[in-house]
Amino acid sequence: MKKILFSIGQYVDLTIKVFRKPEKGPVFRKQIANEINNLGIDSLGIVAIISVFMGAVVAIQTAHNITSAWVPVTTVGFTTRESILLEFSPTIICLILAGKVGSRIASEIGTMRVTEQIDALEIMGVNSANYLILPKIVAAVIIFPLLVIISMFLGIFGGWLAAVWMHVVTTTNYYAGITMDFIPYEIFYSMVKTVVFSFLITSISGYYGYYTNGGALEVGRASTKAVVMSSILVIVFNLIITQLMLG
Amino acid sequence: MIETRHISKSFGDHLIIHDISIIFERGKTNLIIGPSGSGKTVLMKCIVGLLEVDEGQILYDDRTFTDMDFYEKKSIRQEIGMMFQGGALFDSMTVEENVMFPLTMFTTQSMEEKRERVNFCLNRVNLENVNKLYPAELSGGMKKRVAIARAISMNPHYLFCDEPNSGLDPKTSIVIDNLISEITKEYGITTIINTHDMNSVIEIGDHIAFIYKGKLWWVGNNSKILDTDNEELNNFVYATELTRRLKKQK
Repeated sequence: MKKILFSIGQYVDLTIKVFRKPEKGPVFRKQIANEINNLGIDSLGIVAIISVFMGAVVAIQTAHNITSAWVPVTTVGFTTRESILLEFSPTIICLILAGKVGSRIASEIGTMRVTEQIDALEIMGVNSANYLILPKIVAAVIIFPLLVIISMFLGIFGGWLAAVWMHVVTTTNYYAGITMDFIPYEIFYSMVKTVVFSFLITSISGYYGYYTNGGALEVGRASTKAVVMSSILVIVFNLIITQLMLG
Repeated sequence: MIETRHISKSFGDHLIIHDISIIFERGKTNLIIGPSGSGKTVLMKCIVGLLEVDEGQILYDDRTFTDMDFYEKKSIRQEIGMMFQGGALFDSMTVEENVMFPLTMFTTQSMEEKRERVNFCLNRVNLENVNKLYPAELSGGMKKRVAIARAISMNPHYLFCDEPNSGLDPKTSIVIDNLISEITKEYGITTIINTHDMNSVIEIGDHIAFIYKGKLWWVGNNSKILDTDNEELNNFVYATELTRRLKKQK
């Protein structure tokens, strides 16, 4: 318990250091652009592949489970849309990003710690926490929602592709399903979740990397811990936000 | 000049350095020597502010560093250059970007002026045509020289070197030692070097502080160290069979 409280205190302390004013505006903006590329654009491939296939699977599974003639065929499109918008794109994609981006951040910062690069920044008078972690948080908060929106489109597209190719439903029925009873608030809810998850993934991974102690083995451990803790907190906050916004 | 007054530092119940008072003079290469685990690195980290001391004061030219707030310490740090044991060059940046980094962060110089300064610093450490290389493409000696170039890029008043010769062959070690010594005298810098390399001690030890079991054991210079009657220091200086034989011959 004492260890958990110490870690929470250390995390809060680091977050305060992270949210100080950046040293130089142009440098900070350049770093954000780099991080958008490293954390976001580099993740586009995996997000696209998983979204298309998951959308396809959801459509096929829904069609498979419709056994009653009373259930309209538009249900396939409707269920695919709801699953993708509410849960798959914001939560599952963020869990995947927690693995990909979280481990990258923790190992990058952890390696800088064990090779004294962070000490070098501190000696120069640079706020190392702010310099290393804030651009990653800002970049993730900007780019993750965009990735999730792309994932939503591709997931629904994947569902359509599977439905039409497998002759589950026609394009007209699928389209009718995905446009049926659409509530724009659901997009807002998904975006709120994504922004919170982006912050959690980058700040927690940054925390584990920043406080790495030792050598290469500890960098690996920090990276694993960052992914596990980010994933757990994404799931916990998913429940909290869902209860607050939809409950 | 840098002065430590009765500084102590412990981690939990383990006392690492105890009541150390030393004056490191300007324009001299001040060496902190001692066996592994004696507290040299902790002492240096306390002086540069990477670790907070438990007791005592650290003064940079009569400015009490230990009493300063975050922003005052930050301004002092812009007068400090440090060369780390492994170089601590930023892996994701080229040599030019590494040396330019402090200038980019803390000056308003144009790109032209910064490039000129980078080239000057690289030439000063005898490096040419390495601007576009990454640290992974450099040899150990070259990394150390780039680290020195980065440390002097802001015209520091204080230069810290942590084990500058570790991992280098004896010939390259002498080159690095002489470079640090020349730069110290040329720019009138207060230089503190953390080492256990006896060659460095003899070559450039203008002022030497021997730390043993966390305490200041002996203070002197390279002309006095070989003739000391301090037992612990003698055990450190004449640790190898070769040096013991040379002592007997002497």
